[in-house]
Amino acid sequence: MSEFMMFSLVPLTIAIIISMTCALLGNFLVLRRQSLIGDAISHVALPGIVVSFLITGSLASLAMMLGAGVAALVTVVLIELIRRLGRVEGSAAMGVVFTSLFALGVLLLEWHGAGGVHLDVEHALYGNLESLIWFEGTGLAALFDPVALADLPPQLGRAAWVGLLVVAFVVVMRRPLVLASFDPDFAASLQARPALVDLLLVTLVAVAAIAAFEAVGSIIVIAMFICPAAAARLMTNRLGAQIAWSQGFAVAAAVAGYLLAGEAPRWLGFEASLSAAGMIATVAGIILLAACLFGPCRARSGSAQRG
Amino acid sequence: MPDSRLGKAVIASPLAIQGLTVSYDHRPVVHSVDFITPPGSMSAIIGPNGAGKSTLLKAALGITRRLSGEVRVFGRPLEQEMRHLAFVPQRSSIDWDFPARVIDVVGMGLYRDLRWWQFGARRLRRRAMESLARVGMEGFAERQIGQLSGGQQQRVFLARALVQEADITILDEPFAGVDAATEAAIIEVLKSLRDEGRTLLCVHHDLATVRDYFDHVLLMNVRRIAAGPVDEAFTEENLQATYGGRLSPVQLARLIESPIEVRKEEAGQ
Repeated sequence: MSEFMMFSLVPLTIAIIISMTCALLGNFLVLRRQSLIGDAISHVALPGIVVSFLITGSLASLAMMLGAGVAALVTVVLIELIRRLGRVEGSAAMGVVFTSLFALGVLLLEWHGAGGVHLDVEHALYGNLESLIWFEGTGLAALFDPVALADLPPQLGRAAWVGLLVVAFVVVMRRPLVLASFDPDFAASLQARPALVDLLLVTLVAVAAIAAFEAVGSIIVIAMFICPAAAARLMTNRLGAQIAWSQGFAVAAAVAGYLLAGEAPRWLGFEASLSAAGMIATVAGIILLAACLFGPCRARSGSAQRG
Repeated sequence: MPDSRLGKAVIASPLAIQGLTVSYDHRPVVHSVDFITPPGSMSAIIGPNGAGKSTLLKAALGITRRLSGEVRVFGRPLEQEMRHLAFVPQRSSIDWDFPARVIDVVGMGLYRDLRWWQFGARRLRRRAMESLARVGMEGFAERQIGQLSGGQQQRVFLARALVQEADITILDEPFAGVDAATEAAIIEVLKSLRDEGRTLLCVHHDLATVRDYFDHVLLMNVRRIAAGPVDEAFTEENLQATYGGRLSPVQLARLIESPIEVRKEEAGQ
């Protein structure tokens, strides 16, 4: 029990919170056919963090988050510029921007060598979920011990705050968000400010991606923005139900992925364990595959007649 | 208060467009168009493809940015008086696979009546159902919107506008891709709105039905060609100017004669 408290409670909780947060926003990205934006923003966090490290020379969380935030902003602006000046589709502009910036980040990292600091491509992709150890978490009593609680890894608190922020955003803004996603012109005619809603959504996607990036790496973020929401869409034709399904899938992927990463290799006779982040993303993908094959709402019977 | 220098027609009009210009990439798509929608009228905006009809509507509603020009609602600036307007976008402009039921879409028209902490009130649901009944869709309230036919989708869009109880309803090609029965049903609802003293402004494509459906017309092709009561503005000369001389004499003859006379002639032959 104390082993679980010390080594697994915090990573598992963070994985669940971040999965649910990303999946919640993912519902709206999927409905707007903007799933790629989550992918783009979590990729450019890498060059952002590298540049902030080169400038400040520190890996303090604040500097990292600032760097990632600036990079996200630059990305959104670049995508918009390329879309308008090059007159290409939004997804094409996104694809160009985030792959180039991510590649730039990898080059910067290798070129600088980052002096043995714990900052490398693997870290960026998989995060360091397993290293979030709660040393004071020696037993159930620790949950009620202020001293022990103060020793909780700070990533947990950050993930929780970001999760709350996203939930508050979706609850308060649910009507403008649905309106702007469904029919932006009509939303504008009601003065529901669809452009502002778009901007807020992208901003929160960036905040969630960056908070998640630090703790769990970008693989989970990308998977969670897309897989649970896309799978949920195939389960129901009601938005409320879709959001509920996506949250259930996110929790299932986080828990199953985390446990499998620790246990699966042992079943096969290996002593090592697998990357929890990688396994969680894989489980999310398998859930989506299952929904694609067996989901009840896969048929698109009455799609709009274009005319 | 309305500006005292404005004309009486502007102050009475639920949507007065003056000198409206919109341009994309330095190319004007709508150039200095004026149209003072007469209150209680059923007005059509007519013009060829690419004439800027939809753009004019969107700019007049503040959806598309206008380069210059003024839009007034009962003499006041548009931005303060948007609640008087209801907009029915082109049916093809949205994704009908969106996970929503018919009643959810109609409920979107009640956006201004609900604060974020309120979950749909029963009174508002009743209003949404009444609007659906008016377009003959009350039996479809719980239906997923993707399962509707084109005509049914258009009626749901109309119901969403009805629920707003606006003074002027602005429709972008409401008859595009709907069958004759739906078209008749929609025009019945629009006429009943006009009979209540409300105003309707419609982008319209079918020149043959202009005389039957509308009392006022704006002919445009980037610029305004003509505007006014159908009898005065919907003339051969103006139509040729609007369509760049691409209408055949037979087409024109049929359009300009009142439909009843044409039918008489056909019966006589």
